[in-house]
Amino acid sequence: MILDRYARRKFSDIFVRSACVAATVIALVPLVSVLYYVTSRGIGGINWDFFSELPKPVGESGGGMANALAGSVKLLFLACVFGIPPGVLAGVYLAEFGASRFGKWVRFSADVMSGVPSITVGIFVYSLVVLRAKHFSAFAGGVALGVLMLPTVTRTTEELLRLVPESLREAALGLGLPKWRVTLRVMLRTAAPGIATGVMLAVARVAGETAPLLFTAFSNPFWSSGLNEPTASLPVIIYNYAVSPYEEWHRQAWAAALVLLLLVLLLNVSARLLVRNRVGAR
Amino acid sequence: MRLSLGAQHELSVGLPKRFYAQSSVRGGSGLFRTGRAGTIASSLLALCFAVPISLGVAIFLSELAPAWLREPVGFLVELLAAVPSVVYGLWGIFVLAPWLRTTVEPFLAQTLGFLPLFQGQQRGFGMLAGGIILAIMITPTISSVSREVLRAVPSALREGALGLGATPWEAVRVAVLPYARSGLVGATILGLGRALGETMAITMVIGNRSEISASLFAPSYTMASVIANEFSEATGSLYLSALAEVGLLLFVVTVLLNIVARLLVWRVGHLPEGGSL
Repeated sequence: MILDRYARRKFSDIFVRSACVAATVIALVPLVSVLYYVTSRGIGGINWDFFSELPKPVGESGGGMANALAGSVKLLFLACVFGIPPGVLAGVYLAEFGASRFGKWVRFSADVMSGVPSITVGIFVYSLVVLRAKHFSAFAGGVALGVLMLPTVTRTTEELLRLVPESLREAALGLGLPKWRVTLRVMLRTAAPGIATGVMLAVARVAGETAPLLFTAFSNPFWSSGLNEPTASLPVIIYNYAVSPYEEWHRQAWAAALVLLLLVLLLNVSARLLVRNRVGAR
Repeated sequence: MRLSLGAQHELSVGLPKRFYAQSSVRGGSGLFRTGRAGTIASSLLALCFAVPISLGVAIFLSELAPAWLREPVGFLVELLAAVPSVVYGLWGIFVLAPWLRTTVEPFLAQTLGFLPLFQGQQRGFGMLAGGIILAIMITPTISSVSREVLRAVPSALREGALGLGATPWEAVRVAVLPYARSGLVGATILGLGRALGETMAITMVIGNRSEISASLFAPSYTMASVIANEFSEATGSLYLSALAEVGLLLFVVTVLLNIVARLLVWRVGHLPEGGSL
């Protein structure tokens, strides 16, 4: 009787453990499948033309997406311009002066903002920028991506400033430095590599964002000059090509997906390695 | 600051013109009704798939896995969240949907075809594909927050249960899960919030048809995909306002869900980080 019960307990233990292992394996199947298909179908479309030519009209084979690559770089650069300075400053504020009621409120809303759908940020920037300018532009796309980066950059900066040992700050203050110099020259400088990894992760996140670009940067089959024209970007062109009925465009979409995925994974993995090295060195 | 600014702006565009009363936009109100129903149905379906799997992953990673396995597997699960939405959509169109059409849906129709859920034409594109793709995308969110929550459980509880002779699973069930319950609910709600607002991948596989159907095989529409499909082509300020109102609804619902979820997670005594560091 007692043995019976023990066997049953043992059985349910083994059952649940294997269920957990199975769940983990199932969760990883899509990742493996996505990586496999994007690599195997995308690799064929990667060639010199892909990086140097403009898209060809439907029906003509060949062509590339040089304008989308350049557009993505431009948009990400603008996103960094709009997203990083306010994000870092907000993070500094939270870490140095954030014990106030206002600070708690800012921290909480940054957390909540990171869960807000990117498409609503697109609508926000559309009404803020595109409606007033009356046309889509790279500028609007950059603002949208910058807004999306803000919460991540803010919270990472804050977390990392908090990790800087208190003794460093005290030593600097003891030497008679004013507080702003302590923050700038001691705290921020010590936390800088960590903040850089946080920024890399934020860039990786927005590099694949499509929804907010659909009605801010829009798309463009040609080169766009300056910040005031609609601009092609990798994610939007993947979307447009994927839902089109043309074989040739599907092939290009897979190739573009491979480039985008490589970029995102590279940013993620290197951020991860940087963090580990730093932690290991301590 | 950002939050209130965004909300106000959307308010000023969205609310003053009540759209539903106007019939000048053809088929509009049906589109939005389907959008709301489709958003709710696809998100709940995604939770049905994602919650058990994510809990399994979280328990495995925090309680059962050997130490050398935890970090690499945890990193892989987080990579799932790093894959861009549009890449999942591309994969959904050319890999997932054909597989559903040729393998899964015929099987379901044969074995469970007496239920209205599994009747009708098997297209691949539809509610089932949408639910699966959302599930894949919210699994990393739910499992990494759940894992943080489980880690925040004091190990004295675990050790106490083990010391009394519990098997590892019994220790989790009796000591860890009750303590972590509110945080796990919070993790699920965070996942729900992400599912509600997810746009690109689901737009690409759900079929985008303005119909409410009992069948999981049938194409549908979500609020986010209505916005994505219609926004840049919307003509007239009335239609734009209507779409902005859909966006406002999404925004308010996800903000509320996020607030509730954060509070629940906080109760376990640990603040999970937004990023994947």
